[in-house]
Amino acid sequence: MSKKEVETTGHSWDGIEELNNPLPRWWLLVWYACILWGIAYTVAMPAWPGIKSATAGVLGWSTRAEVAEKIASFEEMNAAVNAELAAADVTMIKPGSDVHSYGVNMGAAVFRANCSQCHGSGAAGNFGYPNLLDNDWLWGGTIDEVAYTIQHGVRNETDEARYSEMPKFGADELLTDEEIDQAVAFAMSLSDPEGDGTNLVGGTYDVELAAAGAEVFEYNCASCHGEDGTGDIYQGAPDLTDAIWLYGGDHDTVYDTVFNARFGVMPAWGQRLTQAEVNAAALYVHQLGGGQ
Amino acid sequence: MALIDKHKIIETNGTLLMVGALLVVTVGGIVEIAPLFYLENTIEDVEGVRPYSPLELTGREIYVREGCYVCHSQMIRPMRDEVERYGHYSLAAESKYDHPFQWGSKRTGPDLARVGGRYSDAWHVDHLTNPQSVVPESVMPKYGFLAERYIEPEYIEDLLSTHRIVGVPYTDEMIELAKADFEAQADPWADTDGLLERYPGAVVSNFDGKDGITEMDALIAYMQMLGTLVDFSTFTPDASR
Repeated sequence: MSKKEVETTGHSWDGIEELNNPLPRWWLLVWYACILWGIAYTVAMPAWPGIKSATAGVLGWSTRAEVAEKIASFEEMNAAVNAELAAADVTMIKPGSDVHSYGVNMGAAVFRANCSQCHGSGAAGNFGYPNLLDNDWLWGGTIDEVAYTIQHGVRNETDEARYSEMPKFGADELLTDEEIDQAVAFAMSLSDPEGDGTNLVGGTYDVELAAAGAEVFEYNCASCHGEDGTGDIYQGAPDLTDAIWLYGGDHDTVYDTVFNARFGVMPAWGQRLTQAEVNAAALYVHQLGGGQ
Repeated sequence: MALIDKHKIIETNGTLLMVGALLVVTVGGIVEIAPLFYLENTIEDVEGVRPYSPLELTGREIYVREGCYVCHSQMIRPMRDEVERYGHYSLAAESKYDHPFQWGSKRTGPDLARVGGRYSDAWHVDHLTNPQSVVPESVMPKYGFLAERYIEPEYIEDLLSTHRIVGVPYTDEMIELAKADFEAQADPWADTDGLLERYPGAVVSNFDGKDGITEMDALIAYMQMLGTLVDFSTFTPDASR
């Protein structure tokens, strides 16, 4: 039989016959090799189900072991600098040092994963969640104060958390309606250096009511917010004289704040993050621009 | 080669070909699927996993109804980058009372398998009402209407019983007290000793800060417990699973 005359399979459909060309040799060899590799693979890796458990494979590979190993290897790589960062007194870490630049980069990652949901991915804050870029700090903007706030959080269930609670002057009937109106007007007048009835953020109030509210403020508000209204970082009492308002400086919002109070919380991140991660986040936040 | 030459018989007999094909697929199915139901190293008993409380289960129904799984997975894969971001990888046991499971297939938003306790209730209310108010770059739709929809636990016993039929170990006591448990979990002033005994680790709170129980309360109750049941400080993963 010449090369051209290939046998047919003997099948014939309407006179069309099927040639029975042999498979190319290289293809056949690759196919056999794949079968052998397949068998070897099921021996090497976890594969065959048995009565109680599946074969573990002679290589002993497992997904869980692999991820544990990978995490361990990265932890080991950074163990020295992490230990240094965790043990360091954050106030003593000099900008420009290796630990500082490592910490800032690590802190940026920690911030994006854990903090950005409330404080914003650019740390500019949101309604009710403070802006971390400016130099207005509720609980102190020095690096050790920032680290403490991250570690223990604010108004959560832990004992070490930053804690203060503004009374609900209206809801709990501590002040009369008239006194509340006066206190609101006076609080708004604190951020109105011109005294023309429009404060720094454009909120309007009644100047006469404000004058009458000085006494209410002194007896009820000054112990936390200060007689001059500049706040107190030891009690997390905000400065009322500037243009920065966590919940808003317009009349209705300030009224709501005085009537129902505010109770912003922050988790104690020390429970979820390592000490190195807490310190790193503090280094990152501190160098954003507002650190003191 | 004698047997192989006989392929003409099945090739020219359609019904026989179909039966043959079914047999081959069945063998594949039995070998690959059936062992998962009995092999010891695919069924892991993990301490802390419990059935959902009535309020959480209701929240879960709302989660399913709103199609949250279309954008959010509940499955942290065993890979370093996922573990670093979301926490310990998910265990099969953690979704053993899920009917249907919410592993999802795609992440437009982040994984929610361990979102419990990560944010405050107030954050969840802000975020569900207007996601862009806290995450400006978010593409999530607004779900503020949930806070306007009050729910009565009218069919809660039926819901628990249905889950019992498919294998969730709700006891008669749990089903009997479902209504009371449902209401107690959304009331910080209620007596919750029984609730916490039946559903250890349940978060009790007035989740949406409003009187009455809304769908918002139920959904947040569900999210605040996601991934919190297993104590990973005492859990040692068995590498062979």
